[in-house]
Amino acid sequence: MADMVLDQVTKRYPDGTLAVDKLSLNIADGEFVILVGPSGCGKSTTLNMIAGLEDITEGELRIGGKVVNDKSPRDRDIAMVFQSYALYPHMTVRENMGFSLKLAKTPKGVINQKVTEAAQSLGLTDLLDRKPANLSGGQQQRVAMGRAIVRDPSAFLMDEPLSNLDAKLRVQMRLEVSKLQKRLGTTMVYVTHDQTEALTLGDRVAVLRAGVLQQAAPPQELYERPVNLFVAGFIGSPSMNFMSGTLDSGGLRIPLGDMPVSGSLRQEVSAASREVIVGIRPENFQDPSLVSADVRPHGITFQATIDVLESLGAEKYVYFNMDLGKAKYVTELEELARDAGRADSGAASETVVARLDPATRISEGAEVQLWADARALHVFDPATGRNLSVAAPGAKASPADPGARRRGATSPSTGQPASGQTSSSTVS
Amino acid sequence: MATTTRQKAGWGAANAVTFVVIAIPLLWIASLSFKTPAAITDPSFWPAQWTWGNYSGILTSATFVRPLLNSIGIGLIATFIAVVFASMAAYAVARLTMPGKRLIVAGALLISIFPQISLVTPLYNIERSLSLFNTWPGLIIPYIAFGLPMAVYILAAFFQQIPWQLEKAAKVDGATPWQAFTKVIAPLAAPGMVTSAILVFMFCWNEFLFAISLTSTTSARTAPAALAFFSGGSQFTTPTGPIAAAAVVITIPIIIFVSVFQRRIVSGLTSGAVKG
Repeated sequence: MADMVLDQVTKRYPDGTLAVDKLSLNIADGEFVILVGPSGCGKSTTLNMIAGLEDITEGELRIGGKVVNDKSPRDRDIAMVFQSYALYPHMTVRENMGFSLKLAKTPKGVINQKVTEAAQSLGLTDLLDRKPANLSGGQQQRVAMGRAIVRDPSAFLMDEPLSNLDAKLRVQMRLEVSKLQKRLGTTMVYVTHDQTEALTLGDRVAVLRAGVLQQAAPPQELYERPVNLFVAGFIGSPSMNFMSGTLDSGGLRIPLGDMPVSGSLRQEVSAASREVIVGIRPENFQDPSLVSADVRPHGITFQATIDVLESLGAEKYVYFNMDLGKAKYVTELEELARDAGRADSGAASETVVARLDPATRISEGAEVQLWADARALHVFDPATGRNLSVAAPGAKASPADPGARRRGATSPSTGQPASGQTSSSTVS
Repeated sequence: MATTTRQKAGWGAANAVTFVVIAIPLLWIASLSFKTPAAITDPSFWPAQWTWGNYSGILTSATFVRPLLNSIGIGLIATFIAVVFASMAAYAVARLTMPGKRLIVAGALLISIFPQISLVTPLYNIERSLSLFNTWPGLIIPYIAFGLPMAVYILAAFFQQIPWQLEKAAKVDGATPWQAFTKVIAPLAAPGMVTSAILVFMFCWNEFLFAISLTSTTSARTAPAALAFFSGGSQFTTPTGPIAAAAVVITIPIIIFVSVFQRRIVSGLTSGAVKG
């Protein structure tokens, strides 16, 4: 049991590539933290640095209050589950699970007892004398977990442990991982590129992009209050719809219509009109006939021609085209899509996706009225990517950082929601 | 159909020719080893009168038994040391990024293609001044030197096939680098170790040039070299029969080795080749 502190941890490879840039994250004892991000964002490198498999170039890593930068993996008391499981092919399941204890010179009786216990809890008792090659993928995965559990380490590190399983098994194992972590109450750092895993498993999710921490927050907060354009676009499936907008004292003008501004957004309004990117999640659209009269004034009703309608039983997805004015931000949005691992996202396309109640009578090809919830709009600064509609508690202007501006990234936060730490001085 | 029959016939003929070219001399040696000294010049392929005399002669004479033991001892020791060092060197070559890695690989390659004859005279002088001449270490050391590059190449190819993550897993499980090597990597590379051991042993076993140049008595002379020093029953008889018998005796272990480990040897040679 131990807490873990990443303090300005940086990884720079000898060729100068910056894999992780001043990552700061406080992981409480017993917390389940997910590192999520597109491939190449530095999440696995971060995990390897925590494990001690890669050196930390700059910054400090403390586990249980002790600086472990220069400790070898064996002295860090952490267990790791690898994406490929990395089971030792020449050892039986029993030997695989007991290997770490054997290295630690634990008495044979104790090893046997611990392995048997772990095997029971994972349903591996009948397989103990088999070799990994004779196990199915799911069983191998459980052995890899068992190998981590028997050690009773102070923290678990998981490197995409479920990505080699088929979809059904993945959902099942996801539940098991979650139960396991709750039962053991051990600190766990879990790396994934799958946002569903990230949102369902973690106490807190840390979103990384190009080696920079974007936001670390509980899943719901991440979804509802993304601090910047990247987090907003990365979290959620189908992803958020983006369009251009203009913000001035008169209100917010977007292709769907005009609306008054409210809440924290009002602070951002100045006399001069200001270009913004506006995001709206698919579920914030609705068939107006299904919206009660007292809610309807909180949104905009607009006309759209339905291109495609997908009925999934519990929900209906409708796609419609609209002049979203995205052309202005095509570079930003394309870069965002590329960073988010969606090469063919159609960043420039003018298609909007909406998730409607299945009770809707809207049909394909029809020109219909749709309602968008104005309260759920996210307004982003095109230059920094910062979400202007999210209140920035204790926001303080930090010196302008041209690099962050260009990438639309926030400054690294201390592990708490990073809102307001952007280079806002250059904005307002 | 006609073509395939003809192809079959063609291949069959080619195989037969190859077999005859390779097998006739071997069978001729075997046949000679069973002939009496008087019948050595007899042109018939099979001996008219079979005799074990040549075998009993060499296996009771110290001029062959002692070299045979030397061969076994020197071969085993050189092989063991070469494979142990080669596995460590190969691990470093395959897994670690270190300064001078290319130099080591290039040096190993250079040694393995170096003409041995050019080393005989310097080695002779060095070994004489170090009192290594005509001793077991005097042969073991050069054998290791020439066996190592081959073993390094073969083992490096094997190590490269072992997933890197296994080593990381071992490290996280609490293994020191040495434990990760001995308990995880080396056992997985065991087939490669066996292959390289066989090839190094065969090299030591067959080696003739050093064996004859760096020894002077049967105290360190190996079997192939000893053959050259055979003498006949009298001053006027040629030792053809005993030489043939000795040749058969030292070929038998190689034949057994190759037939048992054939697949290993081929895979070892090719993996080394691809790597090289």
